[in-house]
Amino acid sequence: MTLKRAFWAVGLFGLIPLGMGLYIRLTTGHADANYGSLVPWGLWVAQYVYFIGLSAGAFLLSSLVYVFGVKRFEPIGRLAVFAAIVSLLLALFTIWMDLGHLERFWHVFIYPNFASPMAWMIWLYTTYFILLVAEFWLLMRRDLVVARSLAGWRSFVARIAALGARNDSDESLAADMRKVKVLATIGVPLAIMFHGGVGALFGVLASRPYWNSGLFPIIFLVSALASGGALLTVASAIFQEGWREHRQMVLDLGKIVLGLLLLDVLFQLSEILVGVYGADPGYVASLRLAVGGPHWYVFWIVQVGIGLLVPVAILASPLGRDPRLVPVACAAVVVGFIGVRLNIVVPGLAVEEIAGLSRAVDDPRYQTNYFPSAFEWLITVGIGGLGLLMFGIGEVFLPLSRHLPARQNA
Amino acid sequence: MGRMLPVISRRDMLKQAAVGAVAASVVAHEAVGAATTPARKHHWGMVIDTQRCVGCEACVIACKIENQTPPGVYYTVVTREPLPGGGNDRPVFMTKPCFHCEEPPCVPVCPVNATYKRPSDGIVVVDYDRCIGCRYCIAACPYGARSFDFGDDYEMLSAAGDPISPEYKQYRVRTPDGSPVGNVRKCTFCLHLQDENGEYDRDGGRWPACAKTCPGHAIHFGDLGDAESEVSRLLRERNAIRLKEELGTEPSVYYLL
Repeated sequence: MTLKRAFWAVGLFGLIPLGMGLYIRLTTGHADANYGSLVPWGLWVAQYVYFIGLSAGAFLLSSLVYVFGVKRFEPIGRLAVFAAIVSLLLALFTIWMDLGHLERFWHVFIYPNFASPMAWMIWLYTTYFILLVAEFWLLMRRDLVVARSLAGWRSFVARIAALGARNDSDESLAADMRKVKVLATIGVPLAIMFHGGVGALFGVLASRPYWNSGLFPIIFLVSALASGGALLTVASAIFQEGWREHRQMVLDLGKIVLGLLLLDVLFQLSEILVGVYGADPGYVASLRLAVGGPHWYVFWIVQVGIGLLVPVAILASPLGRDPRLVPVACAAVVVGFIGVRLNIVVPGLAVEEIAGLSRAVDDPRYQTNYFPSAFEWLITVGIGGLGLLMFGIGEVFLPLSRHLPARQNA
Repeated sequence: MGRMLPVISRRDMLKQAAVGAVAASVVAHEAVGAATTPARKHHWGMVIDTQRCVGCEACVIACKIENQTPPGVYYTVVTREPLPGGGNDRPVFMTKPCFHCEEPPCVPVCPVNATYKRPSDGIVVVDYDRCIGCRYCIAACPYGARSFDFGDDYEMLSAAGDPISPEYKQYRVRTPDGSPVGNVRKCTFCLHLQDENGEYDRDGGRWPACAKTCPGHAIHFGDLGDAESEVSRLLRERNAIRLKEELGTEPSVYYLL
C-alpha cells in the first residue's frame, strides 16, 4: 500500500516539472535546449527510444499469452498490453516535444516519404497504436459490461468505455478472445517491424559509424524485450501485489529477463568487438566517449552497474528465488536502460564528422560536448511522472490483472 | 448441360479493381513525374583551393550577411587543422559549405520530403513550410553541413529591425516562432541570386556570396557539367579530392591540394 502511495505521490509531483517544461517549450521553442547542430538529438530522443522499446517489449511479451497461449503468464497479459499503450503514448509525447514544429506533425501522414526509415516507423507505430487500443478494448470489454452493475462513478466510466456493449456471457468472452488472438498475431510482426524500424532509423546512417551496423535493429529488438519484460515484472509486482499472489510467475519473468539481458550483452559485445577491430576512427571515437568521456558514469554506473551487474547478481544467484528481490532486479534493469538509450544516441552524434568542426566557430550550438539543460530535464522528469500517473489511473479504473466474475443472474 | 461461365464473386472483382487502380495510379504518377520534372541543366559545384586559403573567414561573414543567418546557423565554416607534425604555424584551412552531393544522404531520410535535390541544377534545398524539424537530416549528413534554427538572435541587430533573409527568394521576415525558426537550414549556393532561367551572373555580382567575397580567390564556383567552366578546367589541371568518397555521396565540392 505504501508502495502504491509513493507511486501516486511521485506521479503527481511529476506534473509540476511537466507543466513548467511545457510552458517553456510552447513559449520559447527549443531556445533553452542544449542540443545543437553538431549533436542534433539529445535527452528527449534517448527517452523516446527508451519508451518505445518498453512498449514493443511489453507488447511482444503479451503475445506469449494471446498468441502462443502460455497460461502461466495469463495474469500479466492485460497489464502488458496496457503498459505497451502507456509507454507508446509517453514515447510519442516525448518525440512530439522534440519536433521543431510540433504543429506540423500531420505532415508525416500527408507528405510521407517512404524511403525514410522515420516514415516507416511513424506509419507502423500508428497502425500499432490502433491495434493496441482495439486489442485492449476487446480484452476489457466483458469486464466493462460487468462493471456497469458496480456502484457510483465506476459504473459511469464503464458505461462510456464499453461503447454500448452489453453481452457479458462466457460465449461473448470466448469470441472476444478469438478476435484478440487475431489482433495479437498481426501485432507481433508489426511490433518487430516498427521497433526494428527504430533501430534501422539509426542503423542506416553511414554518416554515424557508431550506429551503422546490421546488428543495430536486432539489438533494439532484444533490448526492447529485456527492458519491456523488466517493466512488466515490476508492474505486476506492484499492482495487485503480484509478488505474493503470482509468486511463480514473477520468478519465471525474472528468468526470462535474465536471459534476454544476457542475450543483449552478447549482441553488444559482438558489436563492440567488430567495431574496435574494424577501427573506424568515428566508431572508436564514439566508443571512447561512451566509456571514458566526460559522462563515463552513464556507461559504468547506470548502464553496466545498475542495468547489468545488479540484476545479474540477483537473478542469477539464489537471491533470484525471492519474489521480492526479482522485481528489485527488474527495476534496476528498467533504470539501467535509460543509460543504454542515452549511450546510443549521444556518443553516436557527439564526435566531429569533419576534424576541427567544433572549433571552427565559437558557438554553443557547434559543440560536441552535450549535457541536457534544466529545461530538457523538466520535460523528461515530467513525462516520467505522467507515465506513473497513467499507470496509477489504469490501476484504479481497470481490473488489469484478473477478469471480474460474471454476474450471477443468468 | 450448358457451359458454365466462370463466376466472378464480388469480392474478387473488388480485389481486381483495387489492384488495377493501384497499378494505374503508380503508372500515372511516374508518367506525371517524368513529364513535369525539368531536365538537368546545370551541375553547380565548387572547387576550393586550399593553397590559396589564408583562413580569414571572410566567406563565413559574407554568407551570414547574405543569408541573414542567426547565431548557431552557419552555411559554411572554416576549419583549421594542423598538418601531422606541422604544428599550428601552418594549418590546413578548409572552408566547408554544403557539398550538394549527387547522392545526398540527407534527402532519402526526410520523413516528409521537405529536403530534396533540385532536378534542374542539383542544389539541395529545404522546404521551410514542410519541414517538421525532426533533424534526422542533420544526423544523416556526413559533413556537418546542416544547422537547426533554434530561434536564437543576435542581440545587437535589433536596432536594425527584423532581419529579412533573401533565401529562396522568399524574403521572410524573421519572427520568434515562424519558419525558418524550428527548421533545418543549409547552404543553397545562394540560389536566390539566380535569374528566372536559373543562371548566375558573375560579372553582375549574382554569384554565391562566399565565392564572390574570397580575397584569396580560393573558392571557385561554376557548372561542373560544363567542360569549359573554370571549375572543370581546374579539376583537369590540378589534383583534387573530395571528402569521405567511400560513402558514395558524390559531393559537388572539390578541394585542390
